[in-house]
Amino acid sequence: MRAVALRTPLYDAHRALGARMIDFGGWDMPVSYPAGTIKEHKAVREAAGLFDVSHMGEAFLRGPRATEAVQRLTTNDVGGAPAGKAVYTLLCRPDGGIVDDCIFYKRSDEEYFVIVNASNRAKDLAWIRDQVGDLCAIDDVSDATGLIAVQGPTAVALVDQLAGGALADVITFGFRDATVAGVATVAARTGYTGEDGFELACANADAPALWQALVEAGAQPAGLGARDSLRLESRLPLYGNDLDDTTSPLEAGLGWAVKLDRPWVAAGGDFLGRSALVAQKAAGLTRALTGFRIDDRAIARHGYDVVDRLRPAGEQVIGKVTSGGPGISITGAIGLAYLPPTYGAAGTPLTIDCRGKDVAATVVKGKFYKRA
Amino acid sequence: MSNVPATLRYTSDHEWLRPGTTCAVGITAFAVEQLGDITLVDLPKVGDVVEKGARFGTIESVKSVSDLYAPVSGTIAAVNDALAGAPEEVNADCYQAWMVEITPSNPAELDELLTAEAYAATLG
Repeated sequence: MRAVALRTPLYDAHRALGARMIDFGGWDMPVSYPAGTIKEHKAVREAAGLFDVSHMGEAFLRGPRATEAVQRLTTNDVGGAPAGKAVYTLLCRPDGGIVDDCIFYKRSDEEYFVIVNASNRAKDLAWIRDQVGDLCAIDDVSDATGLIAVQGPTAVALVDQLAGGALADVITFGFRDATVAGVATVAARTGYTGEDGFELACANADAPALWQALVEAGAQPAGLGARDSLRLESRLPLYGNDLDDTTSPLEAGLGWAVKLDRPWVAAGGDFLGRSALVAQKAAGLTRALTGFRIDDRAIARHGYDVVDRLRPAGEQVIGKVTSGGPGISITGAIGLAYLPPTYGAAGTPLTIDCRGKDVAATVVKGKFYKRA
Repeated sequence: MSNVPATLRYTSDHEWLRPGTTCAVGITAFAVEQLGDITLVDLPKVGDVVEKGARFGTIESVKSVSDLYAPVSGTIAAVNDALAGAPEEVNADCYQAWMVEITPSNPAELDELLTAEAYAATLG
């Protein structure tokens, strides 16, 4: 028996463009197009790139008590956001571990839309259903929904032009229903590249026409390779690498998306993971996701050990690299690792065991790449 | 279909070798297609002794790290240092962008390498 690879509605478009396809969590996805990852990455930094992210999961939460349901699920104040606003949040387990990171879109107090990671679709939907119970209805529209991200300094103008000027004034993390190139979309000013742009949700059947219109308008198709290098330079965490069920938002540096004192809580409301996160905050962290830049000519990859050779033999491993790769818009290789907080100050020298060779690195605070 | 020059010999790990007194070694077009954009090539030093089938260097692309395996045993006679500053040359022309030259210690090993025809057949 062999699992059949899942395909997005843009599969044929990728093949027609000559994309190199790889398996990504059971999906047959483009890792790069003939331009190659570096050119695709630079197109996003300098102009506009186009990503098929239709493999991600989407669902509606609807009902008179939808806000209460969302308040219980999320670490960020999704329920307190105004209608028309998207909010990045974590879904946490009671012990504070991260079920997923995702974006909720508040359409009204009785209607929310959520986009979750492709690799977590089934897990998240089951989790949300379990936790929400009969508070509201959950409508999983993943298999009917196409999702296209247009990212880069010219992306907003490019999409706005195809929308007849209906989208230029959408604020960052705002969203709006809009017709783009004749296709009904939900256009959100969000992304995963560190650049400005839109993520456009549409019906599966409309996705190829929308994609084609965006390509003809000049956006460079970009694959998962560029998506990963762009998000790492902008220090956006990747679930499965930097986040998982055993890491907490506080350890991951996502405390800004954990609103422990929001009005919902002040009024006696609770959310999943709250008490564990309060306790972790009070006790102090034992590890934190730490950024580093490689000093030597080398690249640290996911899973490599970070070591301190001054410690006794057998106790030298102080953490593991969760993401790593070459910088493309910046010089040198970069990465992230969970390390004890004593190694967290900017400029702290680190040693990384790159396949048996000790390589020098330096702790970097904040984003590796900051857009102009 | 990948480009497989007839004058070269090949390994099943997608290295090519140009037979001679010293033998230039690189990676094949098929390997380059699989790797994508190459960002770093780590090579041995002149005078290092390499053993057939053993790792003699690494090649990193945006997404992955791969080992380079010596097609034959011998001594490193030359290293293409230009690749340190310009690894993208491997993407541009992998049959010009040689990595090392090896002086074979056992020339009979050259005959064990795949011909272009045999290598092309492994690519399906």
